[in-house]
Parts: sequence; structure tokens; C-alpha cells
Amino acid sequence: MLGDKAMTTLLGIVLGVLLLATIVGKILAARATTEKSKRLIANLNARTRAWWIMVLIFSVSICLGGLTTVVLFGLSSFLAFREFVTLTPTRRGDHRALFWAFFAIIPIQYVLIGIQWYGLFAIFIPVYAFLFIPIRVALGGDPVNFLGRTSRVQWGLMVCVYFVSHVPALLMLDIPGYSGRNASLLFFFILIVQMNDVFQYLWGNLFGRRAIAPVISPNKTWEGFIGGLISSTAVGAALYWTTPFLAWQSAALAFAIAGMGFAGDLTMSAVKRDLGVKDYSNMIPGHGGVLDRLDSLSFAAPFFFHLTRYFFTP
Amino acid sequence: MIAEIVATAARLFSGCRPRWLDEPPAPGPRVYFANHASHLDALVIGASLPSACRKRCRIVAAADFWNGNGLRRWLAKDVFRALLIERKKVTRANNPAEAMSEVLTCGDALIIFPEGGRGSGNAVESFRGGLWHLARRHPGLEFSPVWLENLNRILPKGEVLPVPLISAVTIGKSFQCDMQQGKDQFLDSARNALLRLREHE
Repeated sequence: MLGDKAMTTLLGIVLGVLLLATIVGKILAARATTEKSKRLIANLNARTRAWWIMVLIFSVSICLGGLTTVVLFGLSSFLAFREFVTLTPTRRGDHRALFWAFFAIIPIQYVLIGIQWYGLFAIFIPVYAFLFIPIRVALGGDPVNFLGRTSRVQWGLMVCVYFVSHVPALLMLDIPGYSGRNASLLFFFILIVQMNDVFQYLWGNLFGRRAIAPVISPNKTWEGFIGGLISSTAVGAALYWTTPFLAWQSAALAFAIAGMGFAGDLTMSAVKRDLGVKDYSNMIPGHGGVLDRLDSLSFAAPFFFHLTRYFFTP
Repeated sequence: MIAEIVATAARLFSGCRPRWLDEPPAPGPRVYFANHASHLDALVIGASLPSACRKRCRIVAAADFWNGNGLRRWLAKDVFRALLIERKKVTRANNPAEAMSEVLTCGDALIIFPEGGRGSGNAVESFRGGLWHLARRHPGLEFSPVWLENLNRILPKGEVLPVPLISAVTIGKSFQCDMQQGKDQFLDSARNALLRLREHE
């Protein structure tokens, strides 16, 4: 798969950006004088180091083939759902329902992708998990805050598992003239989502003034959002030749990905405020938890998947 | 080797990163005492210790429960080398303090759950007298409080299937028994040291 020119280029871009970030980080760290800027640069460099590891894991898995990619995203879903449930108040009566969520619902969702059963993949969690969870919790016999408890489990499954699973599901799309190259499309999607996060962060830190929803997240500004949107759209247009799309289509899809990515980030920040935490966990140094890294991806994935499926598959 | 694998597995499964408020100690006689709500508690404390300490550490467990069937007996005696003590019909011959004392004299550490059994995870019951007897017999013995969080959600009492949430283990500053203190006073202060870790978060 490394022989694929598109894939090699995408990987080259990512490594180039990371190398640049590492060098710039080193220079900034040497120049930083105030206590505050030192802390900011240290966090930036911790993020870059974590990016190297994440890129390494992701690239190796995608080069090893479809099955490894499915397993990687299955594991990511597992870890994200674990962070979500840990922070969510649950009661003793939810125990068995949660057990099945972790050890049956998550694996089944990803097996459905592995065996390419699209029909069931698309409805399994919204319909069957939605039915199963409240039934199992009701059998637990504890009615206190029943609706809230079951909703939270279902919400976690949708965001951490169902939405995220649409990323490896890109591998099962049958796009005319693009067969065997879906891994590039997946790489393109992840690249736009994550670049958009970085662009927002940079634009926001450089020019950010007007916060969009200050109570939910003071760091998300109109300047960062719009700057990110434009930059990501431009990157999407420039990389159109790695996708099955025309340049304008690729730009439009990158625009949609960036918009939904921002929405995911903002929405999951609101959830964090509700739960009274800053990060979902401290598993990835500088970034927070797995779910902090996946929030934008989770919201963008189903959107991108269905746009591609509707417009580009027969 | 097997112990290392079990410890790593326990750390991965319970997602715990031990937090030491003191420097991790060198191996030697010492009492770790913790709140108790799950069968995983002792395993996770053991997994949180530096590996040299883990090898010289015995879990104190209830004989009536862990001798209950063959599987439990095998786990307690052969896998975890637990020190099984009587908690109901204590006689001079099976005096738990005697057995625990012997372990400390050999230079090993103990993991004790002074509530005397698993609770629901919401409250910490008042402590049984074991800690006090050890403090009397071993002047200068160090006591380290260990606060366990979320293990009651991972494997609560009465469940056999675990839910792999992220747990937290906080090991507080160790202290010694002040010989001026009476029994209830010492047990209360030990319990308060544990409860303070809960608020430490």
C-alpha cells in the first residue's frame, strides 16, 4: 500500500508538518523567557511528541491493511467509551448493561465493518443498542434517574462508538474508479479533521478575540473557527488528487469536515463542562484523553461518510 | 514473571496510574491500608507498588471467604500468597494479629482492609482493631493509607463480570502510631488519614 503515490504523499505531508512543528517547538522553547510562555511552549511540545506517536500508530496500522485499521478504531472507541463512562455518574443497576456495551456492542459494531454488512452496521447502535440498554437497565431494578442513566449510556455509545466507526467504514465504500484506494480517502479525512484542529488552535491563539460560546469554551473564537475553516478547505482543494473527487468537490467536503469537526469539539466541550472536568482523561500527554482527540473526528465522520456514499457511490 | 504479567494486566484493565504523595518506599515492614469495595482492590494495590515492594508484600484476606471453594482457595493461597485470617471465631490459636505480626517480623509488608469486608463504595465503615494491635506490637511501624476510587464500579460486590472503567489509586503520606494515643483515637486518626485522600482529588 506504500507503493500508492497518494498515500506516500499524504504521509510525506504529515511527517513534514510534524518535523517542522518539532523544529519550531525546539526554537521557541530555547527562546521562551516568561513563566507563562514556557508553560505554553512545553504543552505545545508535549502535543507534538504525542502527535508523532499517534501518527506512527495510525500510519503503521493503515499500511498493514483494512483489518488492522478496523481493530485500531475499535480499540480507540473502547478507550473513548471507557473515559466517557468513567466520568459519567452511573449506578449499580447499570453494571450489566455497561458490561455488554463494552464487550458485546463495541466488538459487534466493528465486526460488522470487518464483514462489510452495511445494512446492519448503519442501524445496529441507533436501533438495537438503543433497545437493549434500557431493557437491561430496567432488569437491574433501579428506577432512580432511569431516563438520565440510560440516555447517557446511549449517548456515549453514539459518540464514542457509532460515529467513530464511520471512519474505518470508509474502507467499505465502493467508489467507481477508486477501488483498492479507500485507505487514501480515510487518510485524507483524518488529515483534514486533525489539520483543522491545529489550524483552529493556531488562528485562535494568534488572532482570537471574540469567543463563540465563552461559558462552554473560552478558547474557541470566531477568528479561530473561520481561519480553520478557510485553511482546511484550501488544504482539501490542494489534496483533491488523492481522493475520488474533483477539486471543488474535495474543497466542499473539506469545508463540511471542518465545520462538523468544530461542532464536535464544541459539543464535547459542553459535555465536559456538564461533567465538571477539563479533559476526558490524561492518557495522551498534552492532549488529554482519547476522547479529547476524537471529538471532532467523531462528529465529522458520519457526515463525510454519508456525503461520499450518497454522491459518489452507485 | 507471572506476577509481573498479572500486575501489568491489572494496571491496564483498571486503567490506574498510582499517585504517590510520598516517595515510593523501599521494601520492608509496612502496613498499607485501604478502603474496600471490590475483589480487585488488593490486586490493584499490589500492581501499583514498585516491583521490589510487590514481591515482599502480603495481602491480608478473610479465611472464611477465601477458603469458601477450591477456586478461591487456589487464587488466595497459590496465586496471590494471601495471608488468610479468621475474622469470626477468633481463638488464641488462630489469632490474626499473631499471624500478621509474624509477616512483619520477617520484613514483609501487609495490605489490610481495616473495614473488615467489602462495602458499597460510598462510605468508609469504622475500622476493626487489627491496625491498633500491629501498632502496639511493632513500635515505629509505618502505616500508609491507600485511597481506591472507582474499583467499586469496575467490579462491585456480588458481580462476577467486570466493567473496565478507569480507576485511581492514591497512596498518602505514611505515619506512625503515637504511643500516647488510645485505641479508638488511633483507629479514628487512621480512618481520617484515608478519608483526607478522598478529598485530595
